[in-house]
Amino acid sequence: MTDAVVAEGLTKTFGAFTAVDHLDLTIAKGEIVGFIGPNGAGKSTTIRMLCGLLRPSAGRAVVAGYDVGREPEAVRAHIGYMSQKFSLYGDLTVRENLRFFGGLYLVPRRDMEERMATAVSMAGLEGREDALVRTLAGGWKQRLALGCAILHRPPVLFLDEPTSGVEPEARRRFWELIHHLASDGVTILVSTHYMEEAEYCNRIALIDAGHLVAAGGPGELRRRELGGVLFEMECAAAGAALSVLQRAPGVIDATIFGDKLHVLLHDAEAAAGLQPLLARQSIGSGPPRAITPSLEDVFVQLVTRPHQAGPAA
Amino acid sequence: MNLGRIFAIAYKETLQVWRDPRSLAMALLMPALQLALLGYGVSLDIKRVGLCIYDQERSQISRELVERLTASDWFRIAAKLPDDQAVRAAMDRGDCVAAVTIPVNFSRILATTGKATLQTVFDATDVNTTNIATGYAQGIVGIVTANFEQRWAASHGLRPQTVGVIDLEPRVWFNEGLDSRNFIIPGVVAIILSLVGAQLTSLTVAREWERGTMEQLISTPVTAFEFMLGKLAPYFMIGLFDAAFCLCAAAFWFEVPFRGGLGTLILTTALFSLVVLGIGYLVSVRVRDQRGASQVALMLTMLPTTLLSGFTFPIDQMPQALQAVTLVVYARYYVTILRAVFLKGSTIGDLIAPVLALVVFAAVIMWAAARSFHKRLD
Repeated sequence: MTDAVVAEGLTKTFGAFTAVDHLDLTIAKGEIVGFIGPNGAGKSTTIRMLCGLLRPSAGRAVVAGYDVGREPEAVRAHIGYMSQKFSLYGDLTVRENLRFFGGLYLVPRRDMEERMATAVSMAGLEGREDALVRTLAGGWKQRLALGCAILHRPPVLFLDEPTSGVEPEARRRFWELIHHLASDGVTILVSTHYMEEAEYCNRIALIDAGHLVAAGGPGELRRRELGGVLFEMECAAAGAALSVLQRAPGVIDATIFGDKLHVLLHDAEAAAGLQPLLARQSIGSGPPRAITPSLEDVFVQLVTRPHQAGPAA
Repeated sequence: MNLGRIFAIAYKETLQVWRDPRSLAMALLMPALQLALLGYGVSLDIKRVGLCIYDQERSQISRELVERLTASDWFRIAAKLPDDQAVRAAMDRGDCVAAVTIPVNFSRILATTGKATLQTVFDATDVNTTNIATGYAQGIVGIVTANFEQRWAASHGLRPQTVGVIDLEPRVWFNEGLDSRNFIIPGVVAIILSLVGAQLTSLTVAREWERGTMEQLISTPVTAFEFMLGKLAPYFMIGLFDAAFCLCAAAFWFEVPFRGGLGTLILTTALFSLVVLGIGYLVSVRVRDQRGASQVALMLTMLPTTLLSGFTFPIDQMPQALQAVTLVVYARYYVTILRAVFLKGSTIGDLIAPVLALVVFAAVIMWAAARSFHKRLD
């Protein structure tokens, strides 16, 4: 079996609330899969089930060849996990944290020094090995946490929003590390709510309200899932224009994106009528320009589409 | 079970305790503070209890009685009063705890019948003091009476032996001075150990949950048993250190006579430490937040240990139902053991029952603690 992660019908309910609903997901060995969705969509719950930290209410998952429900300890020995909250010991030094996790993962004594040095240089913490971790800035803490999670060289890595609250430059560096690990054959599932980070992934799984709404490569998703042509318009009274455009002929949907309007059309010909239409309502606007949809466009489109008609909301 | 993982956890925990002023203070300063407070503060001995005398007779006997009462260190004469109203008033004002009224015909009745009544009134709002004071007073009166009886016999031409005055000569064993400190200090050591031990471990697991480090920990292959042993190891060492400190203070500072064997003391102390550390750990696993865990641990250790271990109130004086309850108060066994080892010089062989009880407690609590830790978030 070459797939590193296989989830079938994975479901988690908390009382009456269904956090994850019949989720199917397959991740090939060495793949970087981005797990994308808003807060509360079920990303963390899914990752925790795959790590054996939460018991699935239904369905099953096999991680690194071990069944999560039946052999959780074998799974734990073969994965690295970075939880959403910062999870190192602030009152221990860089070196002490590394040594602690190395001890828990039974890293052989003869390899320990070398792996610690690798983790330190990966985090860019050379010379600060004896600094207390609570004194480090966010980006360093996060890279050190990654270093701790991969001390035992796990084949599968689960990263739960590792880049949240970290400045853009540090985020970029972090993604370089992730790519570096993947090139060594490590399989990585990384969740994020930064849409632009999805572009760094081989494949994306979009999740909303516990449902997997789409999965595929970033380019593939943009082409396939939108179901129309996307135009951008500049407009002074965006709110008023929005309701006009949403009812206009040939328009699938219109949304506000920052200070601009995004209009999804069945075909490009309908674009010509948009500016005059707004002008008749005394709304000034610039000419529509065809744009390449971002993943955010795709996501907005997917979650507003009535998939809620499906099994559970 | 892997020793490497246990060591990794124990080492990390040691570093954290060492760097946390609060834990360090609790581990090292609290025992000394508690020992000073309880060792000096709690005493069941009474000294210089206020006594009022209403001597209606003013005879040789009555004067001898008063002298005897005041000669002891137990009573002091607060006032000599002229009448019953004054006795009542002195009692109400709190001038005295006890009042002795020697009736007008006291010596005459004693001389003719050999039996006379001495009225003593005690302010029983403080029952404990009253009980003890009554005991002392009876002792003194007994001596005076015996003296009188001997004289009475002699004056009637009888040799004391022939009237058969019963000379009650109580012998006190093990705590010859009837010094309650000898009795209390071993109990204080038990209280301090259960308090400090359970408090320290009650924070250890809850802290990991509160700081979010637990989620990372349980994603590693460490087992519940390894986790527990690693967590408890440093606190076990601290517990033994505190125990050594308290026991040395008991023997050398408070001068409680130590007549037993060091081996017995160390073994039973280690057992008791396991029990209290296990309770703290169990609470910490269950409660998951530091403040709550600390309070639950306090309730589970402080209250039963002070009230039901026999430390202050003798167990055989309690109602039957409460006596049954004390069977699960683990501290009573250690209090029993400590007193026996210190004062009686008992050995393990003499103490099979309480030692076995501690073994059972340690085993059950460790088992429950290891079982109740789950490596899951739900």
